[in-house]
This record gives sequence, C-alpha cells and structure tokens, in this order.
Amino acid sequence: MPDGAQPVLDVRDLNTVFQTRGGEVHAVNHVSFDLKKGELLGVVGESGSGKSVTMMSLIGLLPSPPAEVRRGEVLFDGRDLLKMDADSLRDIRGARIGFVFQDPMTSLNPVFTVGFQLREPLMRHMGMNKRQANARAVELLELVGIPDAKQRLKDYPHQFSGGMRQRVMIAIALACDPEVLIADEPTTALDVTIQAQILELVKELRHKLGMAIVWITHDLGVIAGIADRVMVMYGGQVVEQAPVRELFKNPQHPYTAALLETIPHVRGDRAERLKVIEGQPPILGAIPTACPFRHRCPVAFDRCKQENPARMPVGDGHDAACFYDLAKGEPRDA
Amino acid sequence: MLDATPRKLVEVRDLKMHFPIYAGILRKRVGEVKAVDGVSFDIFAGETLGLVGESGCGKSTCGRAILRLYDITDGSVKIDGAEIGDTPQGGLRKMRPTMQMVFQDPQASLNPRMTVEAIIGEPLMEHTDLSRDKRRDRVHELMDAVGLNRTFSNRYPHEFSGGQRQRIGIARALALNPKFIVCDEPIAALDVSIQAQVVNLLEDLQEKFDLTYLFISHDLSMVRHIADRVAVMYLGKVVELSPREALYAEPLHPYTKALLSAVPEPDPDMTTEDRVILQGDVPSPSNPPQGCNFCTRCPAVMDICHREDPEFREVQPGRFVACHHYNQTAGDTAASEDNKSIQQGETT
Repeated sequence: MPDGAQPVLDVRDLNTVFQTRGGEVHAVNHVSFDLKKGELLGVVGESGSGKSVTMMSLIGLLPSPPAEVRRGEVLFDGRDLLKMDADSLRDIRGARIGFVFQDPMTSLNPVFTVGFQLREPLMRHMGMNKRQANARAVELLELVGIPDAKQRLKDYPHQFSGGMRQRVMIAIALACDPEVLIADEPTTALDVTIQAQILELVKELRHKLGMAIVWITHDLGVIAGIADRVMVMYGGQVVEQAPVRELFKNPQHPYTAALLETIPHVRGDRAERLKVIEGQPPILGAIPTACPFRHRCPVAFDRCKQENPARMPVGDGHDAACFYDLAKGEPRDA
Repeated sequence: MLDATPRKLVEVRDLKMHFPIYAGILRKRVGEVKAVDGVSFDIFAGETLGLVGESGCGKSTCGRAILRLYDITDGSVKIDGAEIGDTPQGGLRKMRPTMQMVFQDPQASLNPRMTVEAIIGEPLMEHTDLSRDKRRDRVHELMDAVGLNRTFSNRYPHEFSGGQRQRIGIARALALNPKFIVCDEPIAALDVSIQAQVVNLLEDLQEKFDLTYLFISHDLSMVRHIADRVAVMYLGKVVELSPREALYAEPLHPYTKALLSAVPEPDPDMTTEDRVILQGDVPSPSNPPQGCNFCTRCPAVMDICHREDPEFREVQPGRFVACHHYNQTAGDTAASEDNKSIQQGETT
C-alpha cells in the first residue's frame, strides 16, 4: 500500500532444514522478501510449500532439533533476529511481533482463563501490574468484538466458540501493539460466515492500528479480499511475488496461473470441467537443482531440468521464478 | 437427470437423529443433541445432490444416518424402493452393496495394516464368492478405474499421498457396483490442486458407472461445480433445496444468502460492500431457539419467526424453502402459485 515505505521486516536468503530419520528435508530454500510498514502481505501455497516454516523460522519458533535455520538474515529494526540470543528474541516475540495460529483451540492453554492469557504478555512485556493489565485486557476484548468483555475474562478457552477463540488469539497477539503481526491460516479452521466476520475485523483493525501483517493461507479468495501484495510459494521457495491486482490479473508463473484456474467459483460462470494440475507436489530431499514445478508444468522445457530458476523481475514490483514468458508464449532470454 | 420423470433412488422423510446427553453421577439422560431434526428430501437416480452447511449443522450425521451407520431416532429412508429406516443392522448387511460411503479423512478410514489390495478386496470377500484370482483381477480393474497404478497393490496406505489415499477409498466404495454413494467431505483434507483431480474423478466415475451421489461439503464453490441440486442445512434442518443454478443465482432463504455472500471471491476488484455479515454464532443443537432455528442470526427476522417453526415447502417449481418470508410476503403476487405448490408440497 504505502509505496517506498521502508521495510519493517527484511528477510534475505532464508534456508531451513529438518533432520528426519529418512534424511534431511529442505523445507525452505532461498526465501527472500520484505514487509513494508502498514502493509498486508499474503503468502499463498499448498501444504508443504514451506509457508508456515518460513514464518516460524523468522522468530525462532521451530524446535531445534529437528529444525535448523541453516542460512539467511532476518532484519527487524536493524538487527538480525537469527543471530539474537533467546532472551532478546523473547523480548521481541509477542511484544513487537505478534503471532496468530491456525487452530485457536490448541494454541490457547486450556487450564488458564482467557484473562490470564491476555494479561501474561502485558505484564511480561509492558511491565504492567495486574490491575492495569486487566483494564487493558478488557479493552482488547472489546476491540476484537467480544461482548461482555469484563465477564468473559474469567472464562476458559473451551467456553468460547471457534470464532470467538480466534478473536481471543488476535487480541493476545495485539496486546502489546506489535509492529508486525504474523497470521498463520487464522481463518482456515473457521466456517465461512465466521471467517467473513474475522476478515472484516482484521481490515478494520489494520487501519486503526497501522501494523504490518503477514497473512498465510491457501485460500486465494481470502487473499484477494485483504492483501496488498502476494507471495506464492511452491516446493519451499518463492515462485512469484506481485501486488494483489497484478497477481490475479496477470500471473506470470505457470503454477500461479494454474492455481487460479483450478479453483471453482461461487459467482459468475461455472466451468463444465475443472482444470487440473496433474501430479503431486515435490518431496524436498535435497536443495532442488532444477525447477521444483517442472513435473507438473505445462510449459516446462529442457532448461527447467538443468537449473532452478531464480526470481526475476517481470513487471512493476512483480517477479517470478520461471524461465518461460507466459505472456509471449516462449522462453525468456536469459 | 434430463428425463421428464426422473426416478427417485433415495427418499428421506422426516429423518431425525438425536444423540442423548447423560450427566450426573447416575448418568441420567438430561437432554439430547438434535443433530438432524426432521429432514426430508429425494435424490434422483444419476444425480448429485450437494449437502452444504457449516460445521455442526448436522450434514455429516445426516449422510451417515441415511446409510444407517446410526440407528436413527425417527423417520424413514428408502433406497431403491427398500425401506431401511427400521431394518435391524443384521438385515442391512445384505443391502450394503447398493449403498457405499467415501469418508472425509483418507488417513483414518484406511486400515494402516492392510495392503491396498486387501483394502479394496475386503468388500468383495465379504459379499461375493469370487476366487482369489478373480478378486485380484477385480481389484486391479478398480485401481485402473480410479487412476492408481496397479503395481502398487501390495503397498500400504502410508506409502501414498492424500489424494491417492482418497482414490483408494473411492475404489473400495466402488468394489460392489453400488448405485448410491455418500461422499462425506471427500476433498476437505486435500490441497487445492489435488481437490480438482478427485472431483473430476468422481464425475468421470458417475458417468461411467451410472452412480448417484450425496456430496456433503462445506465448500460452496466445489458443490456448485459437482452438484445438480443443492440442499442447505442449518442447525439440523434443511432450510433450502434448489436446483444448482437457481440456488447460486438467486438464493431464497436468508441463511443461504448470507452463506453465499460470505464466500470470498478470488478477485481483488470485487466489491464487498453488499456483503451480508452474520452476527453471532450458531446456537447449540441441544438447545435450539424457539421458532425458526435461524431467528437468532437472521438479518430479516420477523415476530412470527420467534414463535413458529416455518414449514419446509415448495415455493417455486423444484425449489423448497423453510422461511416465513415465503409464506406471507410471497403472498400477493404469487398467491395462486403458492396454493398450487402447497398442494404439490403435500404430495411430496
């Protein structure tokens, strides 16, 4: 949205590897992106594409072992989060970078009241006493649209419905006025009518609070509605990145194009037969030395088997990792 | 489907499935969860009826109750002319070959200790007396039909991906040449790019083997793709049943309207200003509100909705709705049509 604004988060060449009994799995390879102030960046990809692992790696949330962030830089406020010790990272996590997870039932602690869980970051990071934290907790619940906030602080997570629990999660993430909010499939576990409520809430809060948001999802419909910019991931790497309108109108990577064609619509014309991306997503046993999408790609050619394409600019603020120019219908000159 | 008088393969009348709630030291029965509370519809031979609704609305329970995976509380279910609503489970066994099910989670519905051949061959072993060789041939035939490589027949489920596992589940359901298959969220656990593969497979198989589907899903866009007619459930009841095009072009029930407008459209230029955002959550099915089940969230609620439960009736040819708005306001202009449809409504 705000062009030219300096990035609050700058990720350079991130690589994350998991050690498993079957050998290494290279879940994230050469991922670079930035997040500008006040921007909402959508991250789209199938399961196993590395979108969640990327975001978890940024702020040291992956258990190590088996995970290992092997290479990369994550600049936040001029400092590299990957080189930080655990204590300083803890000061940032939850305070300046908030997190909302997919499943609100498993990410809230069932044996503590919602009030306790809301007060925790406030007392830990903001140095509030219990009374101040309580007052702020009420404000936060009201902010995310939970009626009867004061009473509900005494309730336990199981006493809330799925949509309300996700609101609580958002309230906790927002507790310390973070500069960055990372939301990992926050509406996937919710029904569509509840999802619509949460999306409206996020749109409203963004403008009120002005934070930058990374929104991870596999649902292109959700992305179209809220994102400013979109990053598409496939096989552990970023394959395309563009402003939201540009991406939906003019996709430049064959995977993005195919993905947009496979989804059926509720409105407009109905396709007689669904387009299909044949085959399966890759298993990342090693750092790919060829394009990870080549087996499923309708326009793959020799070069795709020999090299893994790097991201190259294809338009204004738009880049794609593909040797083939979809618009021209021929390979790009390298 | 296009026949003038399509044959009814499945007839469901006033189906109820209540689960008891026990509480206290004496485990006294204190109430019941009305998961399915008076549902009636027909499924015509060769068609796909989509059953949509949010989680907890009773759509899966409804699908399982129709196949008598539960002992139903009340109502009647006829499949291919045979009443199965009150048949004891033992007697149902003989009827199972005509009706099969594909489950949501292909991980949980396949036995991890059985090979693919044993899984797909199990119904054959149970219901036919094919020799071992014949059975193997049939398994291979089925694997071909669902697009699985037959050389994998000695592998175990964990060696397959989610989409392939769902194909195994589909092959098993097809083994006995069923007429009717209940597909309970068959694609919900799959990735977007794999969903389309499985849906296309289901469509191909329907054409090839003349199958009738009840396709249960919460994904309105996928249901629009695969279903011929769509039933929308809310809190244990079907609130609207219409042909696909009519339902998506002009939803009648306020809940259907809200549900459709809540589906995000993958188009950044689409305006979202006229969207209906429902307030609040679905009430508990153990304690549904008085009157219309939707009255607590309905944007067009009237007084009568809090008092009386609206009747599920045909308001336009082929379109059924349970809403007071179509009992009264539809009145003046469509009065004569209304009378006609009430009469029709009684016969169906």
